[in-house]
Amino acid sequence: MRAYREQAIVLRTHKLGETDRILHLLSTGRGKVRAVAKGVRRPGSRFGGRLEVLSHVDAQLHPGRTLDVVTQVELVHAFSALRSDWTRSACAQTLAEAADRVAQEGERHVALFVLLRESLLALEADPRDPAAVLDAGLLRLASVAGYHPHLRACARCGAPGEHAVLHLDAGGLLCPACAPVGAQPLAEGVLEGLRVLAEAPWEDLDAWASQRDGRIRRSCAALVSSYLAHHLGAPLKGWELVPR
Amino acid sequence: MDYEGPIQDLITELGRLPGIGPKSAQRLAFHLLTVDATDARRLADAITSVKERVRFCEVCFNVSEGPRCRVCRDERRSDEVLCVVEEPRDVVAIERTGEFRGRYHVLGGAISPLDGIGPAQLRVKELLARLSDGAVTEVVIATNTSIEGEATASYLSRQLQPLGVRLTRLAAGLPVGGDLEYADEVTLGRAFAGRTQL
Repeated sequence: MRAYREQAIVLRTHKLGETDRILHLLSTGRGKVRAVAKGVRRPGSRFGGRLEVLSHVDAQLHPGRTLDVVTQVELVHAFSALRSDWTRSACAQTLAEAADRVAQEGERHVALFVLLRESLLALEADPRDPAAVLDAGLLRLASVAGYHPHLRACARCGAPGEHAVLHLDAGGLLCPACAPVGAQPLAEGVLEGLRVLAEAPWEDLDAWASQRDGRIRRSCAALVSSYLAHHLGAPLKGWELVPR
Repeated sequence: MDYEGPIQDLITELGRLPGIGPKSAQRLAFHLLTVDATDARRLADAITSVKERVRFCEVCFNVSEGPRCRVCRDERRSDEVLCVVEEPRDVVAIERTGEFRGRYHVLGGAISPLDGIGPAQLRVKELLARLSDGAVTEVVIATNTSIEGEATASYLSRQLQPLGVRLTRLAAGLPVGGDLEYADEVTLGRAFAGRTQL
């Protein structure tokens, strides 16, 4: 089989043997790729420094029997600012974790790649509230992965309106006719917050996060976290560790 | 088909070790079958005593035979400089350089959101307690240069800044004997940022 070349973001790495690493890459053309990078844990490795988690690389890979092998790597963007700051590092790694969960091997998913890159760039721009960028990134990630939250119409019957009940399983708002009896309505400002997180341009997130009181921010964050946990099947490990 | 009795038990146990698959386990087990009884006994004793006698040093959490490890018992070492590392193996790596004459603090890992390891799972509280008496004037953060190590360094620097100790981080740069043209951009960039006066 012939070698191929892909642009990819490193989502996570495991150690393999003495000096190798297994990488989970989110590529533009082949979805998730699991590959071995040989000798990268050795000091003086030719490309070890380029294959850290979050690096956006242009890599050449050789198809192997179970795992592909990385043969050459060029760095496109290192996202170094995200590594040296604990809060932003935790946010970025949680985004990578979510992307790792939804990406499928051999399934091209350009929108997911573009979204991950965009949200990492938004984090790198040093936002005042990195956690808001994380929550927005997660909600949008759910959306491109096929779990789009319906925030402008009833998720069941499609009746437009600002319905008060959010239902995780239905995937969005439910109108009074569809909502289960006794469902808790959303507090004021929360729906608007979720819409900002899901749709607003990245640079507007700071303005929203700074003028809303902490309670609304926290309920939005908790809803995003449960929404993702519900649709991905398990909570994101990194989310809990993000300083808020 | 499995082997009979003890030999199969040995293969099963060896196969549970990291990096040893069923075939390697079988090879090792048959090798042990052929060696002298004394050699086999020595290996068995080493395994038992490592579990019985080795524990963590109560001061720095390095591996140790007694309540305090060799480094913490050594009175010739300076109490003013403290080197924070991830694992006991890192202590040995730094000791081999012969450059450092201070004390150590072993965190027991690095912050890794993807594995659900946060500051609470590391010995950060113990580090802060050690620094509270003001005897230490410099803390060298010697975590790995991986994303986990960098996140840990950033977290620690935020926690230790208010204490007013001098905080330093190991330099990252070119490997000795390496070719500049093959160095990756990240490493070369950090080597530039941390260049020294000649």
